[in-house]
Amino acid sequence: MPKRSDIKSVLVIGSGPIVIGQACEFDYSGTQACRVLQEEGIRVILINSNPATIMTDPDFADATYIEPITPEVIEAIIEKERPDAILPTLGGQTALNAAMALHALGSLEKYGVELIGANVAAINAGEDRQIFKQLVLDCGADVAKSVIAHTIEEVIAGANQLGYPVVVRPSFTMGGLGSGFAYNETDLRRIAGAGLQASPTTEVLLEESILGWKEYELELMRDRHDNTVVVCSIENFDPVGVHTGDSITVAPAMTLTDREYQRLRDISIDIIRAVGVDTGGCNIQFAVDPVDGRIIVIEMNPRVSRSSALASKATGFPIAKIAAKLAIGYTLDEIPNDITGVTPASFEPTLDYIVVKAPRFAFEKFPAADPTLTTTMKSVGEAMAIGRTFTQALQKALRSLEKRGSSFHWGPQALSAAELLEKIKTPTDERVVLLQQALRLGVSPEQAFEGTKIDPWFIDQIVLINEVAVWLKELDSLDKDALKRAKQHGFSDIQIGQIRGLTEKEVRELRYSLELRPVFKTVDTCAGEFPALTPYHYSSYEQMTEVIPSDRQKIVIIGSGPNRIGQGVEFDYSCVHAAFALRDSGYETIMINCNPETVSTDYDTSDRLYFEPLTLEDVLEVIHAESQSGELLGVMVQLGGQTALGLAKGLKSYGIPILGTTPESIDQAEERGQFQQILDAAGLRSPANGIATNLEEAVVVANRIGYPVLVRPSFVLGGRGMEIVYDEKTLHGYFDRIANHALVDAEHPLLVDRFLDDAIEIDIDAIFDGEQLFVGGVMEHIEEAGIHSGDSSCTLPPITLSETQIDRVAKATEEIARGLQVRGLINVQFALASDVLYVLEANPRASRTVPFVSKALGITLAKAASLVMAGWSIKKLVAEGHLPAQDGKHLPVGTPISVKEAVLPFKRFATKDGRFVDSLLGPEMRSTGEVMGIDVDFPTAFAKSQAGAGSALPLSGTVFVSVADRDKPQLLLPVRRLSQLGYRILATEGTAKMLGRHGIVAEAVIKHSKASGGQRSIVDMITAGEVDVVVNTPSGADARIDGYEIRAATTAADKPIFTTAAQLSAAIGSFEVIREGKFKVKPLQEYARERKAMISG
Amino acid sequence: MDKAYLVLENGLIFEGESYGAKGQTLGELVFATGMTGYQETITDPSYAGQIVLQTAPHIGIVGTNQRDEESSQIWVAGYVVREPSRMSSNFRAERDLVQDLIEQNIVGISNVDTRAITMKIRDSGAMRAGIFSGDAITGESEMVARVSAAPEMKGASFSNQVTTKEIYSVPAIGSRIGKVAILDLGIKRSTIEHLAGRGLEVEVHPADSSADEILAGKPNAVFFSNGPGDPQASGSQVEMLREVLKRGIPFFGICFGNQLLGRALGFETYKLTFGHRGINQPVMRAETGRVEVTAHNHGFAVRVDGDEQDSPQGFGKVRVSHRGLNDQVVEGLECVDIPAFSVQYHPEAAAGPHDSHYLFDKFVRMIEENR
Repeated sequence: MPKRSDIKSVLVIGSGPIVIGQACEFDYSGTQACRVLQEEGIRVILINSNPATIMTDPDFADATYIEPITPEVIEAIIEKERPDAILPTLGGQTALNAAMALHALGSLEKYGVELIGANVAAINAGEDRQIFKQLVLDCGADVAKSVIAHTIEEVIAGANQLGYPVVVRPSFTMGGLGSGFAYNETDLRRIAGAGLQASPTTEVLLEESILGWKEYELELMRDRHDNTVVVCSIENFDPVGVHTGDSITVAPAMTLTDREYQRLRDISIDIIRAVGVDTGGCNIQFAVDPVDGRIIVIEMNPRVSRSSALASKATGFPIAKIAAKLAIGYTLDEIPNDITGVTPASFEPTLDYIVVKAPRFAFEKFPAADPTLTTTMKSVGEAMAIGRTFTQALQKALRSLEKRGSSFHWGPQALSAAELLEKIKTPTDERVVLLQQALRLGVSPEQAFEGTKIDPWFIDQIVLINEVAVWLKELDSLDKDALKRAKQHGFSDIQIGQIRGLTEKEVRELRYSLELRPVFKTVDTCAGEFPALTPYHYSSYEQMTEVIPSDRQKIVIIGSGPNRIGQGVEFDYSCVHAAFALRDSGYETIMINCNPETVSTDYDTSDRLYFEPLTLEDVLEVIHAESQSGELLGVMVQLGGQTALGLAKGLKSYGIPILGTTPESIDQAEERGQFQQILDAAGLRSPANGIATNLEEAVVVANRIGYPVLVRPSFVLGGRGMEIVYDEKTLHGYFDRIANHALVDAEHPLLVDRFLDDAIEIDIDAIFDGEQLFVGGVMEHIEEAGIHSGDSSCTLPPITLSETQIDRVAKATEEIARGLQVRGLINVQFALASDVLYVLEANPRASRTVPFVSKALGITLAKAASLVMAGWSIKKLVAEGHLPAQDGKHLPVGTPISVKEAVLPFKRFATKDGRFVDSLLGPEMRSTGEVMGIDVDFPTAFAKSQAGAGSALPLSGTVFVSVADRDKPQLLLPVRRLSQLGYRILATEGTAKMLGRHGIVAEAVIKHSKASGGQRSIVDMITAGEVDVVVNTPSGADARIDGYEIRAATTAADKPIFTTAAQLSAAIGSFEVIREGKFKVKPLQEYARERKAMISG
Repeated sequence: MDKAYLVLENGLIFEGESYGAKGQTLGELVFATGMTGYQETITDPSYAGQIVLQTAPHIGIVGTNQRDEESSQIWVAGYVVREPSRMSSNFRAERDLVQDLIEQNIVGISNVDTRAITMKIRDSGAMRAGIFSGDAITGESEMVARVSAAPEMKGASFSNQVTTKEIYSVPAIGSRIGKVAILDLGIKRSTIEHLAGRGLEVEVHPADSSADEILAGKPNAVFFSNGPGDPQASGSQVEMLREVLKRGIPFFGICFGNQLLGRALGFETYKLTFGHRGINQPVMRAETGRVEVTAHNHGFAVRVDGDEQDSPQGFGKVRVSHRGLNDQVVEGLECVDIPAFSVQYHPEAAAGPHDSHYLFDKFVRMIEENR
């Protein structure tokens, strides 16, 4: 069955901002889909509100809409573009839900547009728990006993029928949002109440508990000829009870006999047929009772998912790419397997290696959050590792997490075996290491199994790792065989050093002297049965290497590792762009990364891909292997965020050339004293500051420069540990909080800056080639200084800065770039207070805003920067058309306004007593993703950004206002406007009084802390859903308990909250736009044409 | 750790650790790519005479159990694995795999670069090899000489080793449809289960049975099983099959049975470079144009040019009913004018996917139509 001839244009729906449960894996899948469709000569129309994605590059679609993913906006796009079909299965739950909403609106019918990949009936069957359950039973398979409920009363009755504990799962949510285990009625009311709220259909499913069962997942593909293949089986290390996104997972499934595995396969195929996924991918999750093998189907996703990305990377079978081909009519046997070139895609990959995925958590960003792992996903990223054995893959995966304490260790352990055994009974982000410690200190494998229900084989593998460690320790001397054995079980040079009392360097030198190096094997989909054409490699300590010699000039690009808050898809964007640009310019590109969700780890992004941990040891080995042939020009560390940057010094010490800005310059930018010299030389100011390596020094500095002060550890990204401190007492508290995180020591001092209240914060991204500065864009933050730039919304071009001010910013940036001897990208943050420009920080590397700038102004900064690092001049880049003649400093009138807005994950994190963590913004970044709104003016662009982030103001309703004294003047105007627009205004007593004096009618409500005996406080009202918008700015010195209660209740009720005056003003400014109704839509390509016309005209 | 050596006839030697029994074993070295079902693999009589290398690195995790045995013993001549499990973890596990290997005196080797060896075989073809451990370890040239002196797979017959000594019957399950006489060339237990499970009384005959002996019990159909060896070396069975076909008795053959049907119809068989041994092989069914993911274990194949040919032996038109999509090898034959068909792959699929169970139903229908 060849390609359908009736599909000439397809609308692809992206997944929107990165949120927990829906991350850049959908950028990977969407990018693949767009590329495939374009190659097939189909007009691709794309909507995605997320500017940080690679898919929203204008090159990947014919019409790229960075617009809010709402049914109304999509309908406007359909009306304009008239696509033949919509592909909704590659943009996660967001795209699927958008497609269903379009169906409900009647838009699909109205415009005669077909859903391809999955139709409405199939989406319903897969997503609606009741329909799905019946369908599974009809297939002859089993499901957990369950009850559907739509009200809390039905929930309680259902639980009584099933018996506690019960599992609560809301319908139509992603990443398990709102689900959890209830052990009693109190738990149940809380979890199911939130679940009903989270479900767009106000529906939850209650299920019998299958806690402790083994959990599996199968990834399938089906074509329109009913050919079905299983691409990958995945086994969860953590048994049922931990969301699969939060579990360590292993591919292929390890502890199934063929008889049981084939049973899962048979059931899966029956289900995909019955659901009616005609073309494309789906995954099905199973629980298997370890005692008798009873199989229960947990759920299925009738779309490409996070695990599809993992399965693609784990097997080399590109699920999204093939799903796109199937959607336009091809069958599996017609599609060649890219990796072998000679065999078709209608086969099932077979692995001769083990893949382990480990989740990356961000609990350190939410200190109040309960780190217990449940069926609600909490991890923010993941690392994948490939090894020839499980032990090797597991140890590589754990060190890929780049997190202190994430690897197994054999150092001092403060806890006793009994304490450890007790701890591992609760799944947490640290459990796997605690399990290793427990086994090491004498907890028996049987006890460990009883406590955790982790399969005995996995436990035995950890016992094996401990045994190797003990054996290694007791050896008289380390010889080649001993080191090789340790390496085969995944021990790093650091771990071996720790066991033997050596430094990492000593172990490495010994290893080199014994000529013990890893070989590199290939991921080939077929266990070596056919030759592989794609150089997709992983290391192992064996005999034969498969790296093919090349005589080309090579450039190694170091990726950014697992996603975390502060380091996400934006950095992958820069890495991928560098790979594309360098490849097009004739260099051989070599990518090293360990994040399976990314485009950078797609086997055809670079010339060669190494799926390896981003540690000095692992990166050195790849470079060594690649240095055996051709000419290694150098390594790019500017693009992969702090991960790559952190390797620069180490690589240089081994004589590896670093391209672009030198490691010394990178240090200079971080090192306070040296950086101050550069500023002084250029006549630039920075806020009064000092450095401290301990509390006593910090107090002295703060007293000298005066409170409030901004404190931040050096050498961190995403504002880790960054806080505004208003007095000495809080400073003490700060040191207490960071005590266990080793953020500050003699080598990594704490930076203490005078905090500038009420300053405008400005970000600039630019390229410097040693001679010339090319400004990518100048961004003005909407929130005042003090909110981390990653969490702040910003506008490009700036809306309040004068040309002169922008000139000063650009000039200052050039001076700094020259002073730091930057070659490549530089990002500088400024604060403008009383028309004085202060330099806050300079980062000689790719910043989070590079993709935003590129999308807003059509300047491909990352591509150009990579070529500058390779030695090109800006002049040459302009001459050859890689950069426009005019940079992004001054933009002509008529340039559209782009607004970036952050998306925050507070709803994912509850405290131990089940309440949400505080949603207050601060200098430490906590957002997971971003959206962009672009339009002719700021209010419209801002309104779009809010709609895209899902935090738009409702059209009418009740607003609660409670603001700190210092914010009251700024809030008068916006609140007055709200009142004029017909909102009912509620306020705490003090605020109500103040508003009343200004003629604004506000009803006084009782504070939570003042409510007594049956009185309803504002918190009760918010919880009851009586408040539609909350404005709460905290008084600076302390996040008062009332404020916290208000914000937590608002997060739980899922209502918009404004914690800064600036945000609210901007939102109200855009209100009229929203009232008028429909947004106008315009693709980036059209903006580009207009830009060209503007410049030439 | 006791050392062991895997020695290839081309002189390559891999040092590893002894696994299973110690000693010396010789055979044809082949690789199997299934990620599940090692127990079914090693107890499959088709592997007689072959040293099997598992490309999946962890072997033995789920132990062994009686239910999953495909015959009463382990047949592989030797066993090559990357990482044997130290324990068994599965609710059905009864014994540890290594225990079975030792008890049945199967010499194995572990901790060798199985992927490197697989790629050697892929590029140079399946070849003779030996595993040496314990007292059997000698000088390199001596070990290579022993391997080179071993018989080659081409031209070898193993049928008499793997077949049943006596005729035996398995009753039909459910309502009885008829009786099928099986020529046991190395039959797997699950094949018998599939036939009996569809209402066929199964009568299993030794490999050297004549047509008269096979037909003495008046079966409704004849079935030739899978099995090891070069089909060219099984002339008597081919002759016997021609007798059966001439009498118009419904016939179904699997694997070796497919090669013998091919030869009986007058086609040639040939040795593949390294064969197909895995449970992920795509096969196109000509009749529907649909793909089946199938279990394979064959080193030889039937040569038929085009999709349809007349039987050189005068049995009428013969269609190629299935082809492997990886390399276009003939994977199934169907006679148009007589009631006979066969597949090169394993529809019983133990281990392997169940996509092709319909072939047993087809056999039953053929029996019903020809009653």
